[in-house]
Amino acid sequence: MIDQQTIEAHGLTADEYQRVLEILGREPNLTELGIFSVMWSEHCSYKSSRLHLRKLPTRGPRVLQGPGENAGAVDIGDGLAAVFKIESHNHPSFIEPYQGAATGVGGIIRDIFTMGARPVALLDSLRFGSLDEPHTRRIAEGVVAGIAGYGNSIGIPTVGGEVAFDESYAGNPLVNVFCLGIAGADALILGRAEGAGNAVYYVGAKTGRDGIHGATMASAEFDEKSEEKRPNVQVGDPFFEKLLLEACLEVMRTDALVGIQDMGAAGLTCSTCEMGARGGSGIEIDVRRVPQRESGMTPYEIMLSESQERMLFIVRPGREAEVERIFEKWDLHAVRIGQVTGDGLLRVRDGGALVAEIPAKALADEAPLYDRPASPPADLPRRQALDPGALEPPPPAEALAALLSSPQIASKRWVYRQYDHMVRTNTVVPAGMGAGVVRVKGTGRALAFAVDGNGRYCYLDPYRGAQLAVAEAARNVACAGAVPIGATNCLNFGNPERPDIMWQLARAIDGIADACRALEIPVTGGNVSLYNETDGEAVHPTPVLGVVGVIEDARRVLGRTFRRAGAAVVLLGDATPELGGSEYLKRVHGLVRGQPPALDLERERALQRLVAGAAADALIESAHDCAEGGLAVTLAECCFQSGGIGVDAAISEPSGGGDRGAAAAALFGESASRVVVSVADGREGDLLARAAEAGVGALPIGRSGGDRYRLAVGGTTMIDAAVAELERVWERGLARYFEDEAA
Amino acid sequence: MSTFAVVVFPGSNCDHDAYHAMKHVLGQEARFVWHKESSLDGADAVILPGGFSYGDYLRSGAIARFSPIMGEVARFAAAGGPVLGICNGFQVLLEAGLLPGGMRRNRRLKFICEHVHLRVEQTDTPFTRLAARGRVLRIPIAHGEGNYYADPETVAALEANRQIIFRYTAPDGSRDEAWNVNGSTAAIAGLCNAARNVVGMMPHPERACEAALGSEDGRVILESAVVALAAAAAGGVEQRAAAAQP
Repeated sequence: MIDQQTIEAHGLTADEYQRVLEILGREPNLTELGIFSVMWSEHCSYKSSRLHLRKLPTRGPRVLQGPGENAGAVDIGDGLAAVFKIESHNHPSFIEPYQGAATGVGGIIRDIFTMGARPVALLDSLRFGSLDEPHTRRIAEGVVAGIAGYGNSIGIPTVGGEVAFDESYAGNPLVNVFCLGIAGADALILGRAEGAGNAVYYVGAKTGRDGIHGATMASAEFDEKSEEKRPNVQVGDPFFEKLLLEACLEVMRTDALVGIQDMGAAGLTCSTCEMGARGGSGIEIDVRRVPQRESGMTPYEIMLSESQERMLFIVRPGREAEVERIFEKWDLHAVRIGQVTGDGLLRVRDGGALVAEIPAKALADEAPLYDRPASPPADLPRRQALDPGALEPPPPAEALAALLSSPQIASKRWVYRQYDHMVRTNTVVPAGMGAGVVRVKGTGRALAFAVDGNGRYCYLDPYRGAQLAVAEAARNVACAGAVPIGATNCLNFGNPERPDIMWQLARAIDGIADACRALEIPVTGGNVSLYNETDGEAVHPTPVLGVVGVIEDARRVLGRTFRRAGAAVVLLGDATPELGGSEYLKRVHGLVRGQPPALDLERERALQRLVAGAAADALIESAHDCAEGGLAVTLAECCFQSGGIGVDAAISEPSGGGDRGAAAAALFGESASRVVVSVADGREGDLLARAAEAGVGALPIGRSGGDRYRLAVGGTTMIDAAVAELERVWERGLARYFEDEAA
Repeated sequence: MSTFAVVVFPGSNCDHDAYHAMKHVLGQEARFVWHKESSLDGADAVILPGGFSYGDYLRSGAIARFSPIMGEVARFAAAGGPVLGICNGFQVLLEAGLLPGGMRRNRRLKFICEHVHLRVEQTDTPFTRLAARGRVLRIPIAHGEGNYYADPETVAALEANRQIIFRYTAPDGSRDEAWNVNGSTAAIAGLCNAARNVVGMMPHPERACEAALGSEDGRVILESAVVALAAAAAGGVEQRAAAAQP
């Protein structure tokens, strides 16, 4: 009945099919085969990455919920928890940018409120090809509009994020969405099915044929036929999800639920068997009771649909009417579609007929696990070779202008202006200014969060590149005045069946694990997105880290811009002359070469603690992470959006310099673990003393003030320009590609 | 202390923000009123908050105007009660016919969220009485359909009756089409009805009531209502006192 062709069409290998036969002790029917295929897809089963993900540190004194649930949670004090996670929607966003991105937002929001948390903030990490390509501009416009369309309507502010551009993402953009919610620390709700006989309910949008095999699609490479997969992309309805969100939170306050889970990838299939597996129970449902949008849907289609805005939940006995009433208030109809059983089986009926019967645990927890072969790419030594002395550096002022107008570094106003970043009136640092920061009403605290990654660094060295992503996200959070307390990751890689890609993935996970351990930031969950390839070309390996930090006193939140003229400007951290993997090399010399910046995790940790402590004690007035574009760009960004405050700064010639690249490295090199701060009046001595005590380099480099940007190296003025002039270049760098916004 | 009713439509998403501003920032009584209710339960003023009522898939506010509570809001307005529609609430007031005109998509067709500058054009409404005429307020907008439109006759009537309350201007308060952020007719950012008790505005004063959020310029609008209600209550007491005299 099940032939070879059908098995292959479902993406199962011969070995995997053999395993299905063993589990069932018989041949599966088509519905069962479909269920296995989505649950054992890379997207749902993490079969290539699970082995490596075990290395991540997941415990810590503040961790309330680690990986394995719908989202992670950390204790933020006052009896509250921050519930957060990041997830990718790369494949759908390439095929249908608006809906792909919109449903990505909708999906991660559901993960958060499923835990009983009120979502309060969104961040996005976006990567596109070069904006010189019309196709890329169309994708970028669609993705940004889709995020705006969903987030704005549902009323959750998009408070920050990152946008990067590189040719490697031309055929495969990355759309990673991070959401954070607040819940009572003792009121987290889990995705568990327990208590035989308890009712299983379905609530939300009706099930249609959209998104069938979406998870399988997300587990394959793209080719020229990918556009034909458009019908696989789901369509989002933020209004419906808003009703679902409010209704679910209201129901959760009643204590009537045993467990709840959203239907994301693999829809009804995934939610039923995961809830059963977590609770050690079975679940029996009747697909005929599932509300359907189209007629004639088969059990196969109903089980595999990825229609959006649907939830599955288990109700405590005797509380059914109460729960149904709350959903009715929100014009939602909760339907009982089955019950929890004690036999551990996922049993699917179509009216009277049994159409599938599979052990839930086998689907959720016993998926194939691969230790795939891994070896470094053959051209790695060539990638890492760089002789900066051989490069002819342009005049520094020209290089700075080129960097400021690079879409990667330029103002992202064109993007965040389309996002409602203020709704809920908690946003205390304006969007586009570093980490997102929201206050927590009812407490004196604020939360800061950042998402960061650097595909170029990881392309050159995935281990260090991943460490740098952890360090940068955490540093950004520290620059807002926060102490990092938890992380989530989104791993975007190519086809893991290729040893060079698998090596990148394994090395990156090692890097994240080591960095998180050293910085004492537990990873509470995340997402892996593989097969990010088009026509055999993989994206740069791109682990994206989301880090959450807590600021004890919201009045001490820092921004990146100078607050006043006449403040001492201090560079914290040490620079070494290095240009590998920098935006400068890419932008000015067209190269992605060399070793990414060196990273000493102990120094990084000391720096972050110093900055957060100096913020808490009001020693500093602004802090800005020194990242892409190096010190020269960082200083310029400290001036931008400050109301035109300039800076006059000087640094010495870097040690070991002397060649032609030395000044360029001093200005534009991206040495890690550096922060530019402006110091509160009269507190410079205190700051320097603390830095010395912490073993962190601290170099007074100048003062804020005037309306010019001056930067000297080794006694020679390298750049002397009007801040307004530089700011104009920076403001236009991205917007210029979208002519309708020219103004 | 006055009581502010914040109407909650399905899809409202600035309801909590309006509630927070009135209750926790200004220290007034605030209460949510679900759209299916048919009574305002003695509230002294009504706020229709921002958001995407019913998803705004049709036309912003087009469905919300049929909510049961809107009949009561219309009666409350007709009796002279102060009503403030913010963003989507303004759109609902337009759709309900409580204010004239309509909304189109923003000039450049994109959603815009940022601080803008508004000039206070008139002060004799319950929501502007504390503001000086000509004062420039820095308050955020967040909308995709805020491009106000009315035909020339209507605009002439609005001008003649001094119903245009706020206009988009340059930071120095000068009229300049470049600062008319969404392309609104006559740069109209807010207006009132002929009786002056119903005000609609696209910018969000509730988002500009605390220094931590970047501006406190919105307070003058909400505080005006508090003072107007207190004055009305005092006037009512005096009248009753006068009536009680032999």
